Amino acid sequence: MSEIEQHPLTLTVNGKKVQRFVEPRTLLIHFLREELSLTGPHIGCETSHCGACTIEMNGMSVKSCTMFAVQANGAEITTIEGMAAADGTLSALQEGFRQMHGLQCGYCTPGMILRAHVLLKENPNPTEAEIRAGIAGNLCRCTGYQNIVKAIQYAAAKLAGRDFQEAAE
Amino acid sequence: MNDMTLTKEQREARLEGMGCKRKRVEDIRFTQGKGQYVDDIKMPGMLFGDFVRSPYPHARVKKIDASRALALPGVIAVLTAEDLKGVNLAWMPTLAGDVQMVLADGKVLYQNQEVAFVLAEDRYLADDAIQLVDVEYEELPVLVDPFKSMDPDAPVLREDLVGKTSGAHGPRKHHNHIFTWDVGDKDLTDKAFREADVTIKELISYHRTHPSPLETCQCVAAMDKVKGELTLYGTFQAPHVIRTVASLLSTIPEHKIHVIAPDIGGGFGNKVGAYPGYICAIVASIVTGRPVKWVEDRMENLSTTSFARDYHMTTEIAARKDGTVTGLRVHVLADHGGFDACADPSKWPAGFFNIVTGSYDFPVAHLSVDGVYTNKAPGGVAYRCSFRVTEAAYCIERAMDILAQKLGMDPADLRMKNFIRRDQFPYQSALGWEYDSGDYHLAMQKAMDTLNYRALREEQKQKQEAFRRGETREIMGIGISFFTEIVGAGPSKNCDILGVAMFDSAEIRVHPTGSVISRMGTKSQGQGHETTWAQIIATEIGIPAENIMVEEGNTDTAPYGLGTYGSRSTPVAGAAIALAARKIRAKAQMIAAHMLEVSEYDLEWDVDGFQVKGNPQARKSMTEIAWAAYHLPPPGMEPGLEAVSYYDPPNMTYPFGAYFCVMDIDVDTGVAKTRRFYALDDCGTRINPMIIEGQVHGGLTEAFAIAMGQEIRYDEAGNVMGASFMDFFLPTAVETPHWETDFTVTPSPHHPIGAKGVGESPNVGGVPAFSNAVNDAFAFLGSTHIQMPHDSWRLWKVAKELGATA
Amino acid sequence: MVQLPLCVHRTHRQPPDLEQAVWPGIPELTAPVREEAVIPGQFTYHRPSTVQEAVALLASHGEEARPLAGGHSLIPMMKLRMAAPEHLVDLGGVAELKGIRDDAGHIVIGATTTQHEVIGSELLASKLPILRETSLVIADPQIRYVGTIGGNVANGDPGNDMPALMQCLNASYVLVGPSGERHVAAREFYEAAYFTALSPDEIVAAIRIPVPAAGHGYAYEKLKRKVGDYATAAAAVMLTRSGHQITSCAIGLTNVADTPLFAEEAGRILTGSSMEANVVTRAVAAAEAITNPASDGRGPAEYRTRMAGVMLRRALARAYDRAAA
Repeated sequence: MSEIEQHPLTLTVNGKKVQRFVEPRTLLIHFLREELSLTGPHIGCETSHCGACTIEMNGMSVKSCTMFAVQANGAEITTIEGMAAADGTLSALQEGFRQMHGLQCGYCTPGMILRAHVLLKENPNPTEAEIRAGIAGNLCRCTGYQNIVKAIQYAAAKLAGRDFQEAAE
Repeated sequence: MNDMTLTKEQREARLEGMGCKRKRVEDIRFTQGKGQYVDDIKMPGMLFGDFVRSPYPHARVKKIDASRALALPGVIAVLTAEDLKGVNLAWMPTLAGDVQMVLADGKVLYQNQEVAFVLAEDRYLADDAIQLVDVEYEELPVLVDPFKSMDPDAPVLREDLVGKTSGAHGPRKHHNHIFTWDVGDKDLTDKAFREADVTIKELISYHRTHPSPLETCQCVAAMDKVKGELTLYGTFQAPHVIRTVASLLSTIPEHKIHVIAPDIGGGFGNKVGAYPGYICAIVASIVTGRPVKWVEDRMENLSTTSFARDYHMTTEIAARKDGTVTGLRVHVLADHGGFDACADPSKWPAGFFNIVTGSYDFPVAHLSVDGVYTNKAPGGVAYRCSFRVTEAAYCIERAMDILAQKLGMDPADLRMKNFIRRDQFPYQSALGWEYDSGDYHLAMQKAMDTLNYRALREEQKQKQEAFRRGETREIMGIGISFFTEIVGAGPSKNCDILGVAMFDSAEIRVHPTGSVISRMGTKSQGQGHETTWAQIIATEIGIPAENIMVEEGNTDTAPYGLGTYGSRSTPVAGAAIALAARKIRAKAQMIAAHMLEVSEYDLEWDVDGFQVKGNPQARKSMTEIAWAAYHLPPPGMEPGLEAVSYYDPPNMTYPFGAYFCVMDIDVDTGVAKTRRFYALDDCGTRINPMIIEGQVHGGLTEAFAIAMGQEIRYDEAGNVMGASFMDFFLPTAVETPHWETDFTVTPSPHHPIGAKGVGESPNVGGVPAFSNAVNDAFAFLGSTHIQMPHDSWRLWKVAKELGATA
Repeated sequence: MVQLPLCVHRTHRQPPDLEQAVWPGIPELTAPVREEAVIPGQFTYHRPSTVQEAVALLASHGEEARPLAGGHSLIPMMKLRMAAPEHLVDLGGVAELKGIRDDAGHIVIGATTTQHEVIGSELLASKLPILRETSLVIADPQIRYVGTIGGNVANGDPGNDMPALMQCLNASYVLVGPSGERHVAAREFYEAAYFTALSPDEIVAAIRIPVPAAGHGYAYEKLKRKVGDYATAAAAVMLTRSGHQITSCAIGLTNVADTPLFAEEAGRILTGSSMEANVVTRAVAAAEAITNPASDGRGPAEYRTRMAGVMLRRALARAYDRAAA
């Protein structure tokens, strides 16, 4: 089936420009994982329910398993690999997830953090209900979400220069 | 560094040992996307395998024509049962003593059963090729209802067993019968029922569901044909067992098989067994000499690899008028699907279901379990539970509520009346277990006081009256669950897997500079072993946890262990770790005595070193002792400071807990809202309270899902329904209730550190609490028992049948 | 829009293609047939930059081509190979299909406007707040960033929320094909599950919604099992009041038949009433009477019909309270 034309693709991923040719049916998640070796985003369901593949694309939270790579041409993408600062300092969310025990097996974590990242950009001081609604496109099988909510509250506080007092339960 | 400049408390805090809320070391990589899971593995020349699956639940496979698939460039091979027969692998043994087809051998027994294995250059081509494999089937009559499985005219499912009148667990009484398991004293139990003032009898079903970790089952098999060595990466909760199974099946010597379980994205029992995907990947790699990756997709996961539960429990209790229970009788019909692939210790065909007497002092009990075949996927794994314990806990906790209702007693009072008393431990149960320790009355009272239980009952009464007056459309339920688990399998006298005793192991090496590497036979799938195991060692040998690296999952380096499931890691491996550490401390004591020129009996342990009794200035820290162990060991002593321990537990451990659920149900829609959920757990000694509470949150969320709608259902034609995340109920953050946690501490008397295990308690105890809340809400309208799952339409239907809808 | 109608029955149907109208409500269709694939088949990708170009591509490839908007209905179906278009025409590059504007008494929403943009629109918040209320209960946040309002109304999935709302609002769809533009009322657009008035060489370019009276009452009530699910049943209500009296009332129902439902009779019964209990009960009965839901994992048909009634009752109460008297 080599008659299918490969498409040129230019993306900025975690601040770096990448250029490749891709088959149109290549899903963005596979492009990131297989072609760019960015294995932080995961696959958990194939039906766009679990959110483990969530990335940031042009300021939006996107499930990269339900998008063809060619659709993302020209986009700016951030994955979990791009969340820490260049000197290795963890972002407030990454720190919050650890401090508040917001993860266990770690499989949903990259998607969860990327989703929370955009949520906090749009709503820097969300209520618990807003956080819960905001991460409802990401399934976690381990934590029961309670400490994920706290992790996001921790990050919101830290980004606002406040202390977050509550301990992980 | 002079440790003595720090206070004792500061030195203790610096260790981050047992009891502290140590932050997890795993999180540093997981929060940066640097976890390494199986599907992250890339190897040169790696092929991708995927299955052609049967659309039919019961059919003969007449013909498989792979020619169109093989004509597709990039398709390497299509394996069928005929190919596997050449290497004697068309069938494989199950952990339950049955055999299972790896690829359909002449027929299929459930929908989505593996029929052929397509091998291609990448996963895209593999999926293309699957479409091109033509399989001709001849449909056969389908058996879905387990209650009809032993009808005289029921279709024969397992033609390979025709004429076999006994199986791995004794006589078979029908062609679809697997085993009968009989425990307890039937005559005495019958007598108790004859003499009872009050009896109850109810069919309590626990529906079929699935553990569904977010990462599915997957592996990469890489055969090095030159060296004759197989490396198998996989999502294995029990890597050593997989190595032994792989060796027995493939005849590759065990030392030439390297099994590596990297980071695992949740297991919950799903990743204990061996699946056709593993076998096919291994065979394909042996055949091609190239690495082969197999990654299950979500629908395959839900519909093929290991369901959980599907127990139908006819339950009877005999009691006196005052509520004292006098006998328990349970018959279970267990639906095992097409093959008996239960993941239980070999001698336990129904796991530890005989914990069904629960937290109550039943003088006599009798249990029998019949396992049967149906046209459904095989499995029967312990979904965050210790081998059918969650079924047992649900059974007895529901039945106690039914008894309370019949007696007109408060269900909390009935439980209090029948609890095994603190002074009865160790307690011998009527069905054969010796409970190690407990203080049930204390835990229950604490829970009732915290919740102000009597006031809740008063509020409920008022709401019921308001409902009757038509002032509200909401009804309120209070669900109680007081569960006792049995975990920590297990003692070699009664627990083995394929003949290997269910011990576990730890190896600890202290390096000259006083840092540590330790390896265990367990395998974390999110439990945080790298964090907590180090805490045990830190407390035991006084080396800060941050200087202790914990490694699991590589069978070449880790001592043999039976893996992580059934809440066994802390009770078994946790003990091995403590005992290995104590061996090190004992040797360290001798070294310190030599260094301080005193008798070792003149030394006492002090947080992170040894000091001379009565002269605390004369001390040696573990760091100093470690250096001495390599630099100048005492004359006659072997250099080095390391130890291995294999721990065969003398008994199981028996964690328990008191869970309360307060729920409001809208009878017009059937929508149930959990207003409050309180979970008090007693898991003995608490190693890391933060991780314990995280485990409880997660397990409760699973329990909530299971009780309120999570189900693998089959229609009458044998189609598996809703095997995707659209229908299979995994709650999001929005539906998930808020959890309140609490604890009491009753250490296990036989465990080196008194710990009992906790990971599965919330699933085991949570399901009955939710279900009892639902049942409690409807009880005043005249219902006795409502089958799970309690999704909205089913609750609406109950309300309608009780005349409560508008 | 979003979720895929998973799954197909094994025994009496061939694994269907998209045109065979698989939808989530039909009970025989809720089990996966044979787990066949999770990777789409091959296709040729087109990314036009104008509507004319897009329509020309669709026309030249006929039945083999499909327009791609947000993709959250189509891509999952392609992954399961329940849809296998040979040509995909990505509308993402067509700037003229985006945006929300006020056009002399009508709100015009470009087809590729996302749910996220609908939610964030100040114009809609002031003139048509029911759109925001509805968009917020569609799927989940990630899907709302990508999923488009045009895709939601155009693909004919009876599980989608926007079609019943558009019927309630008496919206019309601007369809553009090779022979030009035509307008079709939402109330006339849906024929059966996945069958609509749209022909294969047309696209929905925009939605035109008459601006409702200021002070109108509105509500969208949706019962679902969890975030991300289709409605078990849902009801959209728009009404106006004069004092206690309802002066106009329009009702749409979601996912309780193989098309969205405009509950005309129920609206008529309520108009002129003051929400007297017996009138509401009659209206609810009239609405329930036109439903014909499937039995599926969300519940048996009887339940879903009753839930349509309950949702309507609740939406009416909220809309009535919200309306300026």
